[in-house]
Amino acid sequence: MIATVTELKQAQREYAACLERERTRILVCAGTGCIANGAMRIYEELTRLAAETGSLVDIDLLLEDEAREGSAVVKTGCRGFCAAGPLVHVEPAGVLYTHVKAEDAGEILQAALRGEVVERLVYRDPASGEPYPRPEAAPFYRRQTRQVLERCGAIDPERIEEYIAQGGYQALARVLREMTPEQVCQEVLASGLRGRGGAGFPTGKKWEFARVQQSDVKYVVCNGDEGDPGAFMNRSLMEGDPHRVLEGMIIAGYAIGASQGVFYVRAEYPLAVRRIRTAIAQAEEKGLLGDNILGSGFSFRASVKEGAGAFVCGEETALLASAEGERGMPRPKPPFPAVAGLYGRPTIINNVETLGNVAAIINNGAQWFRNLGTEKSAGTKTFALTGKVRNTGLVEVPMGCTLREMVFDIGGGIPGGKRLKAVQIGGPSGGCLPEEMLDLPLDYDTLQAKGAMVGSGGLVVIDEDNCIVEVARFFMQFIQNESCGKCVACREGTKQMLALLQKIVDGKATMEDLDLLEEVALVVRDASLCGLGKTAANPVLSTLRYFREEYLAHIQGRTCPAGVCAAFRHYAIDPEKCKGCGRCARACPAGAITGEVKKPYVIDQSKCAHCGACVDTCRFGAVEER
Amino acid sequence: MLVAVESILARHGYRRSDLIAMLQEIQESYHYLPEEALNYLATALGVSPATVFGVATFYAQFSLDPKGKYLVRVCDGTACHVKGSQRIYDRLVKKLKLREGRVTTSDGLFTLETVACLGACGIAPVMVINDTVHPQMTPEAAETIVETLMKREAEPETEPAAVGEGNA
Repeated sequence: MIATVTELKQAQREYAACLERERTRILVCAGTGCIANGAMRIYEELTRLAAETGSLVDIDLLLEDEAREGSAVVKTGCRGFCAAGPLVHVEPAGVLYTHVKAEDAGEILQAALRGEVVERLVYRDPASGEPYPRPEAAPFYRRQTRQVLERCGAIDPERIEEYIAQGGYQALARVLREMTPEQVCQEVLASGLRGRGGAGFPTGKKWEFARVQQSDVKYVVCNGDEGDPGAFMNRSLMEGDPHRVLEGMIIAGYAIGASQGVFYVRAEYPLAVRRIRTAIAQAEEKGLLGDNILGSGFSFRASVKEGAGAFVCGEETALLASAEGERGMPRPKPPFPAVAGLYGRPTIINNVETLGNVAAIINNGAQWFRNLGTEKSAGTKTFALTGKVRNTGLVEVPMGCTLREMVFDIGGGIPGGKRLKAVQIGGPSGGCLPEEMLDLPLDYDTLQAKGAMVGSGGLVVIDEDNCIVEVARFFMQFIQNESCGKCVACREGTKQMLALLQKIVDGKATMEDLDLLEEVALVVRDASLCGLGKTAANPVLSTLRYFREEYLAHIQGRTCPAGVCAAFRHYAIDPEKCKGCGRCARACPAGAITGEVKKPYVIDQSKCAHCGACVDTCRFGAVEER
Repeated sequence: MLVAVESILARHGYRRSDLIAMLQEIQESYHYLPEEALNYLATALGVSPATVFGVATFYAQFSLDPKGKYLVRVCDGTACHVKGSQRIYDRLVKKLKLREGRVTTSDGLFTLETVACLGACGIAPVMVINDTVHPQMTPEAAETIVETLMKREAEPETEPAAVGEGNA
């Protein structure tokens, strides 16, 4: 139990001293990505082998026995380099191993104990083939500024002691002892921190609105409903450094005068839910949550609500409805949640990453934060870099970094010598930006002006093998599925846009359909209540703006330049290669293939359904696809 | 069944605001939401069955139909999509012989779904069977995994398949 600020300082010294007695520290990445690739078997094997050597320690052992020292095997959160996983990091040498297998555990442990490096497991840059034993020198990490993610991959997220040892909860202590709630709001406002969920509203201003409301009960809600397909920044932060987010939430609670916090986390993230729950339980046990925190008189409690799979619940009023156990449908604003939010009480809703920035701002000051990033978009931003890029993973850069740096320097470019076509940013509410826009600085205002948005931070790289119309159709299908149905424009409009896009992809559209698509898109944008509807047309509008010729190719040229859309595929049987076995004719669902046994078969193009079944069944490679 | 529902209600103090959490727990036990349980919830909470059904049908997580023993979810988030998740899904539809509109096999063993995004984009495309995440899938690899499960199910003597068990 930590009852005072002095005791917190003592605890920090004590835990830090314990960690120093971990002579070797082997960190196994246990994020969702690395676990899927077998990280837990590596962890178990390393633990077993270290126990055999008799040197295995953990923080409980070190706390019990002050003379004890040894090697620790630690499960950490996501290090971000998911493409090269499972990852194992060895301290104090600072060596990073990639693509590790359970069989490598013995070699890694022996080398770690001797202070040596297992050369064959060291990360090699795919472009140059050069080995990078120290991750900070590798191109993927070198250009990043890991601030919010600083402890992701460096500490055990399920041990509050490791967080405290590294200075955790000191910002909370400072706020409770030295600052008034108003000063906290002012400091956050002065830092220039803007909402990391995508809208970019100044966080300090939001807090101040809620602070001045008179109410016996107020709430802080953390929005962990990261529903954008292609985004996993919030998941990684909750999995990798949950106490950081929790500390931010408690500080927010103090700043606005709230006594209750709710983490709304999507159910598709079971590990994040578990780690946040663990963090809450540990903070309660240490007295950092509950009554009279650190003897300040301030009391705060936190709980978790799991979402149930609805993208619209990322919208703050829909999220509140869902947290109250209702259908997750948005409400009109005003009243804003800061006035009447959860159960009608003043509420602030902050994104996971927004709260993850708070403790560092308090510790280092508003000016420090302003110095990161650009004038109007201060600080850093985490992005999920995925799709057709060599180094996929979790990335953190100062605001204002360009897309080119992200894709080519950090991401290592496009694999297979392919050409970049577009970067899809901001999820289904965002847009597709063409190569000409790669030098744009990534900040809230620049992207908005170009018809895209930072969004929560999903960045999907699309190459020449992807059809841009099909990508727009994909997003529209997602949005149409997720439209809650409250507003007619969004409910009906997304359905109509999807039908029109499907028509284009199926090769049945006319130029009038294209005009209609644009018209519907603008109506949906203007006549919807919430952010989902207002931005639902973005994937269509941005692709029409930058890739109109690809739409025209489908409609007028009757071809899909990327060769993706099945309707434009043409199948023919090469009479030289065909043995006349008749398998393709039997497989064809449209009955388009005819012929005589042992003579070349033919495809009747007027009947062909372009399904490709003939290609799959032919054993002689006689069916050609064009 | 209603005893189980009653204990879930009691654990949540009959709070209307915990409706979603209660539905999640019921689904966890039965792998779907039985109609009887929903009606019971409505009565106990003092709301209309339509309210409870309204919430249950709003969220993608809930199912009013029983699901298969193996819930196969192919992620169709953006990153998985651009890396060919549709081909994986199509292949599994063929493999599991699912007719138009059906998601569960006639023997009740497999349910095939797509999911919007599992946030594992770094290892796309992804397939999840029950709680096990299978990274970097191809149509062939996905088919092999499902085939392994089918074979194990066909031989009742063997141990339960490890492929479908949790790795988190």
